[in-house]
Amino acid sequence: MNVRTTSPAFKSNAHVALEDGQLQRALANVEVRFVEGRAEAAKRLPEFESLRDAARDLKDHTLAHLDLYLESFERKVTESGGQVHFARTAEEACAAVLDICTARRARTVAKGKSMISEEIGLNETLEAAGLSVIETDLGEYIIQLRKEQPSHIIAPAVHLNRDDVEAEFRRHHRHLADERDLSQPVHLLAEARAVLRERFLSADVGLTGANFLIAETGSVVLVTNEGNGDLCQTLPKVQIVLASIEKVVPTLEDAATMLRVLARSATGQDMSAYTTISTGPRRPGDPDGPEEVHVVLLDNGRSAMLGTEFQDMLRCIRCGACMNHCPVYQAVGGHAYGWVYPGPMGAVLTPSLIGVDKGGHLPNASTFCGRCESVCPVRIPLPRLMRHWRERQFERRLTPATARFGLGFWGFFARRPALYRIATGMFSRALALAGARAGRFASLPLARDWTLYRDMPAPQGATFQSQWRAGARKVNGRNIR
Amino acid sequence: MSSARDDIFAGVRRSLGVIGFEAPRLDAVRNRLTSAPAGPVPARGKKPPAERIEVFVQEAERTHASVAHVASSVDAPIAAARFLLANNLPANLRMGSDERLSAMPWSEAALDIRVGPSAGDDLNAVSYAFAGVAETGTLALLSGSENPTTLNFLADTHIVLLHANDVVDDFESLWTRLRQRFGRGALPRAINMVTGPSRSGDVEQILLLGAHGPRRLHIILVGPD
Repeated sequence: MNVRTTSPAFKSNAHVALEDGQLQRALANVEVRFVEGRAEAAKRLPEFESLRDAARDLKDHTLAHLDLYLESFERKVTESGGQVHFARTAEEACAAVLDICTARRARTVAKGKSMISEEIGLNETLEAAGLSVIETDLGEYIIQLRKEQPSHIIAPAVHLNRDDVEAEFRRHHRHLADERDLSQPVHLLAEARAVLRERFLSADVGLTGANFLIAETGSVVLVTNEGNGDLCQTLPKVQIVLASIEKVVPTLEDAATMLRVLARSATGQDMSAYTTISTGPRRPGDPDGPEEVHVVLLDNGRSAMLGTEFQDMLRCIRCGACMNHCPVYQAVGGHAYGWVYPGPMGAVLTPSLIGVDKGGHLPNASTFCGRCESVCPVRIPLPRLMRHWRERQFERRLTPATARFGLGFWGFFARRPALYRIATGMFSRALALAGARAGRFASLPLARDWTLYRDMPAPQGATFQSQWRAGARKVNGRNIR
Repeated sequence: MSSARDDIFAGVRRSLGVIGFEAPRLDAVRNRLTSAPAGPVPARGKKPPAERIEVFVQEAERTHASVAHVASSVDAPIAAARFLLANNLPANLRMGSDERLSAMPWSEAALDIRVGPSAGDDLNAVSYAFAGVAETGTLALLSGSENPTTLNFLADTHIVLLHANDVVDDFESLWTRLRQRFGRGALPRAINMVTGPSRSGDVEQILLLGAHGPRRLHIILVGPD
């Protein structure tokens, strides 16, 4: 794997993130724009929940017939004058892209945002071969200047504030006047637009990802808000599309179903500003558009996920809703996850792609609150899939000894209900006694990491189980029977 | 050594437990590709013509596009000139070779017209849309010399003409029109579905218009006559 991985250090990454005031300020924007935006968009469309069902079903159908839809897609691309390249691994995909670039003596590549290119470490490969690579999505451009990885799959620079961006632009755009005003986001956007416009017009190769591939027509569907992806696939002579094999959908109708849930789940828009369906290279009489179109189809571990308990993950359309709604992501941001894909979808996908030995911490970074599954447009049972990884980790003895001991200890009692009741009853009475004066504990043995950030309330009254048995349930502070 | 292509297909089939030419699977795929069943289609756009246009306008304006109406195509140049003037923009426009555009009296509106694709130095461009989708206020623009794709993205201000009869209910209706025009399974090189002007939220998640594409999107609805 080309991309550096710090997933094994998730715990210390998370600690650093929690102490980072600048990051915490930036992460506060996630709730406002994405969470509220999605809720609004879903509310405005009565058919939204049935569209989610349909999106799930059509992805399941496509995955079950993936070989046949891929064949159809490949045939139609070839018919339209494009070329399909298959890549088993990240290295093969990088080599395929590099071969296309060197065969055309390309010097510069203008890139639209592509998570697959992050996954395969494409920029490093191309730059090592002497090509100049320019990211054109504003967020990607900012983090390219900072030599960082994206911290979110649709908002790569969500971890930064405007001052960070201003500082970076002043450092890199030396040809512009020092005294220019960059205090407002609108100034930053205008500057990036002007700087990148030059780069678009001079690029030899345009490279983008794909949101969907259409088997019926051999088309590539690309969704962006900035229009950068469209400039990448319109201006340069050579267009390269990098996509993983599970991106295929059968028909235009199926693409419409997916599009109806994608933007709403991602940014709360009904549609992103630009959705482009492109099919092959420039036709006779066309005054613009690429002369060559190449589609690089990447497997990189995905075919091996089919037919396993992780197949559901291949429905993912990379909207980012799961991370936007995740209390862990909201607290630590994307970089703590240590690889390309953060949040709940990353916690499931990362161990599949780089191994549970390296990515095993990530499925543990969840409270299983279920918010991710409740907003997933294709209804991926993310908590269940994370639990599968925890089981595999436990089976392979990758879980730390203290956790294994703790689970064994708890399991001993949990399997013996009578003993469990007595033990928890005694334990909570002891805690209640010890904490009777303050009503709370500022620190507890074995739970120091937890009490470092909050107090543990002392138990009051009997245990839940004994209250339940007694039939006393409190609703709004009143006892009911 | 087997090729990457063969290995990937073999891997997919092994994981799915299939050999690839089972009749029921082939039939299922063929049926889906030819019958193209629609998923749940939002009722929002399914309206009689006049109301459908209202929905289109409402939805387009929600995405920060502006909309003007003209009764006939001869009035479109004046409407375009008025928009440019109101926004303090120069009186010039780049356009493609679409006959509907070249038939309009642009010089009467004192607009300087250039024809052909954009090289990135045009402030204003005008295109004629293939269709408008009421459901989301989306414009569908087709590539070709009539309306070059570069005009949709490189100009600062994009004016798009849309005939009222070309406003359709939903995306499914758009696909139907495309199939009528190009045949099943065939499409023009690019279909740009444009919903509002270009935008970015990449700095502190604040919505800003005018990222790499147009800052202003002005729709002139022509007709229905």
